[in-house]
Amino acid sequence: MRPDLQELFRMEKLPHIWCPGCGHGIIMRAIAEAIKESGIDMDKTVIVSGIGCSSRAPGYMNFDTCHTIHGRALAFATGIKLANPELNVFVITGDGDATAIGGNHFIHAARRNIDLNVILFNNNIYGMTGGQYSPLTPTGSKATTSPYGNVERNFDIPTLAIAAGASYVGRGTAYHDKLLKDLIIAGINNKGFSLIEAISMCPTSFGRRNKLGNAAKMLELQKTAAINVKAAQKLPPEKLEGKFLIGELHNKPAPEFTEEYDKLIAKLRKEAEQ
Amino acid sequence: MSSAKTNKRFLSGDEAVAFAVKLSRPDVIAAYPITPQTVIVEKISEFVAAKEIDCQFLHVESEHSAMAASMGASLMGSRAFTATSSQGLLYMCEMLHYVSGSRYPIVMVNANRTVAAPWNIFGDHRDSLSQRDSGWIQIYVENPQEALDVTIQAFKIAENPQVSLPVMVNLDGFVITHTYELVEIPDQETVDKFLPPYQTTNKLDFDNPKSLSFTASPEWQTEFRYQQYEAMEAAKKIINQVDEEYGKIFGRSYGGLVQEYRCDDADYVLVAMGSVAGTTRLVVDKLRAEGKKVGLVKLRSYRPFPKEYFQDLGKKVKAVGVIDRDISFGYEGAVYTEVKAALFQPGSQVKTLNFIAGLSGRDITKENLTEMFTKLEAIDKGEKEDEVQFIGLRWA
Repeated sequence: MRPDLQELFRMEKLPHIWCPGCGHGIIMRAIAEAIKESGIDMDKTVIVSGIGCSSRAPGYMNFDTCHTIHGRALAFATGIKLANPELNVFVITGDGDATAIGGNHFIHAARRNIDLNVILFNNNIYGMTGGQYSPLTPTGSKATTSPYGNVERNFDIPTLAIAAGASYVGRGTAYHDKLLKDLIIAGINNKGFSLIEAISMCPTSFGRRNKLGNAAKMLELQKTAAINVKAAQKLPPEKLEGKFLIGELHNKPAPEFTEEYDKLIAKLRKEAEQ
Repeated sequence: MSSAKTNKRFLSGDEAVAFAVKLSRPDVIAAYPITPQTVIVEKISEFVAAKEIDCQFLHVESEHSAMAASMGASLMGSRAFTATSSQGLLYMCEMLHYVSGSRYPIVMVNANRTVAAPWNIFGDHRDSLSQRDSGWIQIYVENPQEALDVTIQAFKIAENPQVSLPVMVNLDGFVITHTYELVEIPDQETVDKFLPPYQTTNKLDFDNPKSLSFTASPEWQTEFRYQQYEAMEAAKKIINQVDEEYGKIFGRSYGGLVQEYRCDDADYVLVAMGSVAGTTRLVVDKLRAEGKKVGLVKLRSYRPFPKEYFQDLGKKVKAVGVIDRDISFGYEGAVYTEVKAALFQPGSQVKTLNFIAGLSGRDITKENLTEMFTKLEAIDKGEKEDEVQFIGLRWA
């Protein structure tokens, strides 16, 4: 590990328990780099997670961290941010945690545009429990609960977040880790709900079952299937088939929940004084 | 004599449950993954995919939805099954009450696992015991074979018109769910005879439209609750009957609500639920060989609670210890409270102790159990002991 990043980790808790080839370690490092480069105060930063492989990350990170109930990280984070709006609040969550059991909190946190930095590790599967399909398992893909292919349709997380009201939305991958870091920094600088989807890979529970090759092959897939949104604008639709967009997908500042709340309190206090 | 054709397979408790579900022919299964239950629904989804079982399998977005979907299936007159554990069980708490209040005979297997925080995925009974008043029948099994047998029985108990209540089959996380042993699998034909297709009038019927899960005002709510109370009382008899009938057909029965081991002339008895009953039996044998008059009561049904059995036991033995793999903070072990309340009848001189043990997956060893029997003898001989004891506490 880069010596200058060590202070951001609980070094005694490493090595992590993620499987060999898991993309989560790369994404966790991108978050640490983003926090470091953004210059925010580590002592005023809280990292909250739910349950699942991704949600192990805060256990390794040298911050005030909270490992919460399955699906509820955003609800806990909302409480933390409301209690002390000065804090930088990060949420680390996964595809199952954020969009299945926690889907309701996801859309409502986005709708309120509360100032949270959400990094959603998307590995397309429930990894921790051994490979059940999630709302991000592509249609047709195999999982332990869909041995002949998933018949359900999957979410597109950025589209969901934008429609729900998020003010900043980006997508990076474990392969495009520099881009991922930059998107997280942009999310930190956005005063509002920032959602960064981080495409990870799960060779153990997803790749193996779907014959996607080893971890290196899966990482290569991220390279070949991803197109930067800026490049995509210049391409005809047929060139985009089977591809997914990465980069800054939405940046539309909007009134932030805790600030609006404070404004309302100030207004009512003023009226009461008069 | 068993009349059933059988075959033996080397199965974990979770897999044994999956085979039992397959044999019970449910129409709909809805579930959400949670360790240590997940293997059950994975195995079932394999059966469904291989068309070995004709049912709809739904992988839903949460446990709350799993129970809601199960109830949806049940109110269409279908046989429904689900499985969960720990946090998942707590998350469906609202639905547990809703299903039992609406009288749908859903069968659920709960892989007993402790409840966070602190996070821990290993076994104890704090998850299911906390759902005591949800109106579900709760049966605790000792090993994979009993898990298979009771899962099949559970449908028969639940669907009995005198009962019409949901049944939760509880098996200890990892110790039973993930431990392999030889399990005898009954043949389909015999199970079909034992468990015919589900018949009910408590369903949506398009020829006779009606409103289900309606509002009952203060004028009638009490009467609905009384019916639930009566159904649970009736379940005591039905659980015993179904177990007996199962024994006659399949060659294995478990005593119904409780199963005694060497209790006939016993002075000191330990009450245990789940897998620890097996270890306790070994300790009873060892102490019996040393001339100690000890016995085991395996409590199988926590709801309905076999009150009458314990009222009787209280007149026969000198001391009773209750092993609780839980603690009700502010009082004592939840099982102990129930047992003690039934034991103490007018004239009863029985002495009691509560042993809090096996929390969050910690083993309950033969030494622990021997210590418990020793303490029971000690209080009988007049020695003072704390009523509630945490077994094997360590500070370093």
